[in-house]
Amino acid sequence: MSDSKIITNAPAPEGFQGEGFFAGKLSDVVGMARANSLWPLPFATSCCGIEFMATMASHYDVARFGSERMSFSPRQADMLLVMGTIAKKMAPILRQVYEQMAEPRWVISVGACACSGGIFDTYSVLQGIDKIIPVDVYVPGCPPRPEQILDGIMRLQDLVRSESVRRRSSPEYTELLASYNIK
Amino acid sequence: MHSIQTDYFPIAMQLLLAVGFVVGTIIVSSFLGPKRKSANKDKNFECGIESVGNARMPFSVKYFLVAILFVLFDVEVIFMYPWAVNFREMGVEGLLKMGIFMILLLVGFFYVMKKKGLEWE
Repeated sequence: MSDSKIITNAPAPEGFQGEGFFAGKLSDVVGMARANSLWPLPFATSCCGIEFMATMASHYDVARFGSERMSFSPRQADMLLVMGTIAKKMAPILRQVYEQMAEPRWVISVGACACSGGIFDTYSVLQGIDKIIPVDVYVPGCPPRPEQILDGIMRLQDLVRSESVRRRSSPEYTELLASYNIK
Repeated sequence: MHSIQTDYFPIAMQLLLAVGFVVGTIIVSSFLGPKRKSANKDKNFECGIESVGNARMPFSVKYFLVAILFVLFDVEVIFMYPWAVNFREMGVEGLLKMGIFMILLLVGFFYVMKKKGLEWE
């Protein structure tokens, strides 16, 4: 336990450092700011949601990653965490919630059901949420442990940190959204 | 005279900095952040469910009347708790005072009944 190294500072982005100043790329700074203040929107529909409750609480403490504020309105959320089975009746609702999120937005699919439908290989269950919305990080497990959810959030932070500021207005991104029929 | 005016300079600077920072960051973030607008996105958020009608619709004032009457008589009961705890110490005098208080409120209650304040239809 005691020999684990505790990192207290986020690593500085690439840049030129001098006495009392730091010059770097704006996109790096913006990426760092975004990555360390991801406000989650928990979309919990079943047991993976219970695991996320543990992730939120004091023991696993997702607040360490700048995500202490759970947002239950999509307007102030950056990170949509879909946890649980999404029935086909739920699909348009999930899509609407995703569409109403603030820009830029990211999606983590937590658990086997959200990733692929899981054991529910039936007519009524959506076989993976990536059928209706673009997903950035998949967390496998049935349900995944809080450590796995935290790892998923950290992988997403890596993505966010390295994302170009221009990506969201690029034609590729518009095309990606258009393939999901989202304007 | 000269020194008094220059004394305020740091305060003006601080005000300018405070207002400038707030306004500046709002303007800069609107330029830096990506934007996306669509009919679906600008809809009212109703937990992802299709919104039905306008949220700003009038509803019966009766509800307000019943709610405010409830608060009134609720508070009356709260006043009775300390009296009940100190029932023996306050004796007959306390009983009389509480009686007067209750009668006053009871008059109000009958007034409400007479005015048909509690009839829903």
